[in-house]
Parts: sequence; structure tokens; C-alpha cells
Amino acid sequence: MAKRIEISGLHAYYGAVHAIEDISMTVEPRSVTAFIGPSGCGKSTFLRTLNRMHEVIPGARVEGKVMLDDEDLYGSDVDPVAVRRVVGMVFQRPNPFPTMSIYDNVAAGLKLNGVRRKSQLDEIVERSLKGANLWNEVKDRLSRPGAGLSGGQQQRLCIARAIAVQPQVLLMDEPCSALDPISTLAIEDLIAELKSQYTIVIVTHNMQQAARVSDRTAFFNIAGTGKPGKLIEIDDTSKIFTNPSEKATEDYITGRFG
Amino acid sequence: MTSEIDVGQRTDTAGNGRAGGRRMSTGRLGDQIFAHSARGSGVVLLAIMAAIAVFLIWRAVPALRANEANFLTEQEWNPNATPPVFGIAQLAFGTLMSSFLALLMATPVAIGIALFISFYAPRRLASGLGYLVDLLAAVPSIVYGLWGLHYFGTKMDDVGRFLNDYFSWIPLFGGDSVGGRSLLTASVILAIMILPIISSITREVFLQVPTANVEAALALGATRWETIRMAVLPFGRSGMISAAMLGLGRALGETIAVAMVLSTASGISIHILKDGGNTIAANIANSFAEAGETGRGALIASGLVLFVITLIVNMGARAIVARRKEFV
Amino acid sequence: MSVKGAELELKSLPRVSARRRMADRTVQSLVYAAFVIAIIPLVSVLWMVVTRGMERLDLDFLTFSMNGLSSSDEGGGANHAIVGTLQQVGLTAVMAVPLGILTGVYLVEYGGNSRLARVITFFVDVMTGIPSIVAGLFILAFWLLALGFEYSGFAGALALAILMMPTVVRATEEMLKLVPNDLREASYALGVPRWRTICFVVLPTALTGIVTGVMLAVARVMGETAPLLLLVFITDAINSNPFEGPQGSLPTFIWYQAGDPNPQAIERAWAAALTLILIIMLLNLGARLLARLRKPVSR
Ligand SMILES: Nc1ncnc2c1ncn2[C@@H]1O[C@H](COP(=O)(O)OP(=O)(O)O)[C@@H](O)[C@H]1O
Ligand SMILES: [Mg+2]
Repeated sequence: MAKRIEISGLHAYYGAVHAIEDISMTVEPRSVTAFIGPSGCGKSTFLRTLNRMHEVIPGARVEGKVMLDDEDLYGSDVDPVAVRRVVGMVFQRPNPFPTMSIYDNVAAGLKLNGVRRKSQLDEIVERSLKGANLWNEVKDRLSRPGAGLSGGQQQRLCIARAIAVQPQVLLMDEPCSALDPISTLAIEDLIAELKSQYTIVIVTHNMQQAARVSDRTAFFNIAGTGKPGKLIEIDDTSKIFTNPSEKATEDYITGRFG
Repeated sequence: MTSEIDVGQRTDTAGNGRAGGRRMSTGRLGDQIFAHSARGSGVVLLAIMAAIAVFLIWRAVPALRANEANFLTEQEWNPNATPPVFGIAQLAFGTLMSSFLALLMATPVAIGIALFISFYAPRRLASGLGYLVDLLAAVPSIVYGLWGLHYFGTKMDDVGRFLNDYFSWIPLFGGDSVGGRSLLTASVILAIMILPIISSITREVFLQVPTANVEAALALGATRWETIRMAVLPFGRSGMISAAMLGLGRALGETIAVAMVLSTASGISIHILKDGGNTIAANIANSFAEAGETGRGALIASGLVLFVITLIVNMGARAIVARRKEFV
Repeated sequence: MSVKGAELELKSLPRVSARRRMADRTVQSLVYAAFVIAIIPLVSVLWMVVTRGMERLDLDFLTFSMNGLSSSDEGGGANHAIVGTLQQVGLTAVMAVPLGILTGVYLVEYGGNSRLARVITFFVDVMTGIPSIVAGLFILAFWLLALGFEYSGFAGALALAILMMPTVVRATEEMLKLVPNDLREASYALGVPRWRTICFVVLPTALTGIVTGVMLAVARVMGETAPLLLLVFITDAINSNPFEGPQGSLPTFIWYQAGDPNPQAIERAWAAALTLILIIMLLNLGARLLARLRKPVSR
């Protein structure tokens, strides 16, 4: 199921603004890769180039190559809709569909893909909610609006929604930044479980979180305001946090950073 | 002078800055005058609304008393006859029929336009294209009437004949004396006139759709249409309903264009391709010149009915918007 | 079959089903079509008004009235109607603009969330939906029938003012809400009374926006016909006193000329329509230019 992502020579722009510059890296399957770095260094931008969500912003464009196993996501005949079907995403702020019930939120992606049979939908919704560690909390109120849940529950609902369509890669952009510590812990546990099936990329501001949940860590930095963000290094998480190759990484991790 | 200071002191509740005695007191007086006139203007506005109802009722009642027929069920409009006989049944039917037909035609197109400008048109062109649609609202109804009477109606003549030839098995399209000055022509012109208001309100609603939800749908692998169906339309539903209702209000009250296009004929008929038909508003414009004392009262009575209907429709639309604001 | 299956396994990306793609394409075409459908009548109306109107729109048309002419005569003009329309709309603005701006000021600066303010806000909305013919009937009942006044341009202006006021209130409200609160607070901190702050700090800041709104509102009421039929009546001669006797106006001029079977009259109707549209478009254009001027200032 899970796929390897190979990025080479990737640039992203917002109109005339060069947001990230020349990024190359490999994201391993069935593992968690964390992106860390100061605010504004392009972590979110980079993450969104991996499922072609970057280009939905007016004026935004991407150069370079992103290979999902053996297929270039930016190939000329590739439909971004198909890309997003296999590369799922969880956003910084929980964003369940406000007009839909909990059940319909989870089933939304399935219905797009032609799953119509009630029994099959029921089964996948239950499996996904269980997968997102939310089933026990919501099983009695599946028909209630998703917006009525707490922030942490909403975020897990969004994870359930994303995994319901069984993507090959799961991108998470600071999924815990809007949550309390207990919900954060619940989601970290969940990530640890999910990595047996998915390729997971998580952006985080929280160094401890990166250290706790990830197998590999990529550090991004920016030379100054207005300059494009760059990948400084990517390595095993243990190595990045104990013995990074780059001085900038060490400075950032030990907090000696502006 | 003393009275000025009095006013100043009496109203000094906030107690902010007592620095310059005299200047402050004239300031206070100015504040009083200004605040009262601002408030007064608002009250005047409310008073006008009330006065509209009061004066219309006051002039309508004598005419209704003199009426020999049932005002609500009578189809004829002969208030100048002795004894006066008049009722709004036909007028109300024509008003509702033409407005609902207009709404039926305008709403899907207007929503399509709003979608086009918000989600399909190139970003750089979007506002210009929106302005183009708004221009439809800048054209006065008298000009639509002129266009309808001397150009569009003659085209609708052929359309009407075609529909009548091939679809007369649909009751609406049946009947004879098909022509260009029909309820259908009036409805199409009304639809054109209410397009811009429905589409501009719908566009505003679409602007409020949270980007986060649009992105959520896209990230699930939804196509553009699926994204709209998932995140945009459900969110905008109540807004679109109230936009349509405001459009309906416009159509119900539209006078001149309809009065020019319709060739008045009496009697209720569901054959919308037929020359003729009438509406409350058009009847007022058309019969006013010949109306005597009772005739004017009768027209005012029919105007009162129109006022009440549009009031209900508009208040309903606003209430939906207001309730929506509380939730979102 | 098996070849296809193998190919599917090789490819990482699933195909988007033909049905989904079809639906997407179909909706896209429908949405484009909706836009075109709206533009056709616009183009048709403007085209007809310009081409038919040009046949008669000349200096004579603008400078002569219909005095002494019958509808089958060639020539004649809409001067009396233009004079009437400008006077009526001028009077309308004189009444509706101050009332509208003051109401807007009340709602934003004084009303807060009070009950009165909420009621007024609601009825301003409702008032925008009053049919023009109803406003006309109201002034008929109130001004002509109850108070006993005669037909006059002013009576028409009263009805138009009712239609214009809510638009001015809305424009004022929106513009005042855009004025940053810091500006008000800075002024209060200097000990400037509230009314001076509003008149000399807040309103000037919002001025261009309000003027834009007023111009659009004027353009809107300028084409209103129904109330004028009831309240101003009609005359073929120039009546430059809007307070006494029937007056001409462009909309009623079009109404009567268009309803006349003589082709000469219908020509005049088109020319008057072109005149009216030109004035309205000028106002609209002016308002847009003004709105554009404002943008860099308020960032
Ligand atoms: N929608 C946008 N339009 C223009 N510039 C943007 C947009 N989003 C982000 N940027 C710019 O791109 C750079 C990278 O932003 P982002 O990817 O959000 O950084 P991070 O997630 O690491 O904080 C920043 O300089 C930011 O200002
Ligand atoms: Mg970010």
C-alpha cells in the first residue's frame, strides 16, 4: 500500500514570490517523516506540493519532480484529482464539513469514489473511525454534525476522513497545533499506529513531538525574510537530534536560534 | 447660555474630560443635537414604513366598502362602474404566475453565474465579469419594457408559436391566440431583471465559504464540481434561498416592464403563451389615468395587497439571512 | 482483461472514472452557458437602445420639447423630460441623502446593539424591497389625496426619496464601518466632542465611499417610472417649476411615446431611452472611478 516519494529539484512559487528552492529528498514508505524549521521557511508549502494542493492557490506554481514510486505527480497527463485520492491530507486546523454528520464526513471521500452500498459504507466508516481512535467516542451519535465535536475529536474525525479512502501517503500539517495536550497525545499515538500501513509526513513546530513520533526528520531553514526556504538536511531522527551534520540544525534544535 | 451648560451637565454620564468649560458645553450641545438628529432620521425611516401601511389602508377602506364584489375572489376590475365591481383574483394570479416563472428561470442561471464568477472564470477577469452582470441591474425597467414591447416580444411571438405547435399537450403551453405579449414574455423579462440581484447575493455567500472546507474537499480527491457540491452548495444553501426570495420580491413588485409588455386581457388563464394577462402592479400603472375616486381607492387596495405580499417575502428572506449569521 | 489489470497494478495513480469526469465537464459547460445566457439580453438591450436611439438622438432632441406637437409629427424632443428628470432626481437626493447619511451615522456611531438600531437595520433591509409602485401609491394617498396637493415633480421626488433612502443608509453604514476605530479614539483623546469627530474626522474619511454609494443610488432611482406616472403626471411643455403642476421626465416620456402606435413616437422613445441610459452609465462609471480612486488611500 504505502509508497516511497522521491522529490528532486523542487521549487514552489506564489506568483512572483519564490517560496521554496531546489528541494530534493526521499520519503520512505511505512515510516514517519517529520518536517521541522522556523515559521515561514516553507514547510507547509512543500507539504502541499506533495499532493498538488499548492496549485489551487491563485498564481501558485511548482517546478521540479515528485515521484510516487515510479510515477511523476507533475507529469503532463496526471490528473491532480487522482493524486489527491492517493495522497491524503490533514490540515492544521480541523476542517470537518460543517453541514455534514460525523458519518457523512467520514463517508465523503468514499462516496466520491463510487462506494454506495450502505453495508460497505458502514463497515469502512467504522473501520476508519476505529483507526482514528474515535469510534468509541462517537459511535452513538454518528448522525450528529461533525462540527459539534471538540477540537481534538474534530481533528481525529479529519484523520478518519482522510484514511477512509485508503490513501498511500498521509500528509499532516501541524495537526496538533490547535489542540490541547491530551488530544495531542491521542493523535501522536494514532500516528504511531498508522505508520505500519501508510507513508506519513508530518509538519511540526514541536521538537519533542518530532522526536517522539518520527523515524526521519527534515530540517528546513530560510536565509532571511523574502528569501526562499531550503532543505538543510534530512536524516534519521535520532541522528538529527543528537548529532546533526549541519550547524544550523544544531542551533535550531538546541534553541540557539533567532 | 445657562441652558447650554445645563444640557451639558445633565448628560455628562461618561464624564470624559472636563477640561475647557465653555467649549466643552457647546460641544455637548452639538453632541445632543447631532445625536438626536441621527436618531431622529432613523425614526423617520420607521415612521415612513408605518405611514405607508396606515395611509394605504385609510384610502383603501372606502373603496372596499363600496365594492359590490368579493375583493379577493372577483376577477373583474371595474371600480369606475356603478356599482363598482372589482377584485384582485386575476391580478394576483398573474403576479404570482409571472413571478414564479421568472424565479424558476432566473435562479438556476443566477447560481450558475455566481459559480462561474467565483470558481470558474480566470481570477483576473472575475470582477470585471461580475460588473458586466451587475450592469443588467443598472438598466432601468422602463428600458426593459421598451425593449420587450418593440423587440423582444416580437421574437417571443415565434417562440410562443413553436411551443404551442409542439407542446400544446402541456396545459401551460396550450390554448390559442398565442402572441408575443404574453405572460411568458413578461416572465422572461422579469427573469432577466432579477438575475443580477440573485447572482450578486449568491456570490457574496460563496465568498464566505471557508477556504478550509474547499481545501478539505479538494484534498479528498474531489473534482471541481464535487468540491462545489460538497463544500460550497450546502454551506450556501440558506443564502441562496434568501437570494431567490429577494429576487421574487423584486419580480412581484415590478411594474413598468410588465405593464408595457402585457396586452391586458381579462380572466384567469393558465395558458401562458396567450397574449394578455395582468399583474397587480401593471394594472395600477395602466388603469391609474382613468381611475376616479373609487378607482384610485381600489388601486390603492390592490397596492396594499402587493405591499403585504412583498413585505412577507422580504422579511422572510432577511430572517433567513439573519438566522444564518447567528449560526455561522 | 488481465493485461489491463497488470497495468493498473504498475501505475500508482488510479484513474478518475469517466462518469466523474463527465459530470465535471458538464457542469463546467453549464456554468459557462449560464454566464452567456445573462450576457445575451444585456448586449441585445444595449445594442437596440444604441442603434435605434442614435436615429433620433441629436441636438434638436435634447433642446426641444414636445410642446404643440402631436405624436405623429416628426421632430420634437425630450428637453422638458430631461429638465424634469434632473430636477426630480435632484430634489430626491436633497431629501434622501441627509436622512440616509444621518441614519447610517446613527446605526454605526450611536445605535450600537440597541433595540432601536436593530429594528431600524431590519426595516432598512425591508424598505429596499418596497415596490416602487407602492411608494408611489403611498405618496398619492398621503400627499395628493390626504393633504390635497397637486401633481408636481416634488411629489414624485418624495416617492423616489423613499426608494433611495435605504440605499444611502446601507452605503453610509458600510463605509463608516471601514473607518478604523483608532481614528475615532485619537480624536476623542484630544477632547474633540463626538459630533465634531464624526463630522470632521469620520465622515470625511468615508466621504468618497459614501459619494460613490449616493451616485449609484441616484442612478437607480433615475429610471423609476411607476411613481412618476401617479404623482407627476405628464406634460409636453417645459415646466421648470418642480413644485407646481405636471412635469415631464425621461421615464414617463418613454412610457407614453413607446405606447403610441406612430413610428415617429417610437423613435423618440428609443432616443429617450438612450439618453437615460447614457446618464445612468455615466453615473455608474463615475462611481466606479471614484471607488477606484479611494482604494490606495484605505489600502
Ligand atoms: N497563500 C500565500 N500567498 C503568498 N505567499 C504565501 C502564501 N502562503 C505562504 N506564503 C509565503 O510562503 C512562505 C512559506 O510559507 P509556509 O509554507 O506557510 O511556511 P511554514 O509552513 O514553514 O511556516 C512564507 O514566506 C509565506 O509568506
Ligand atoms: Mg505552516
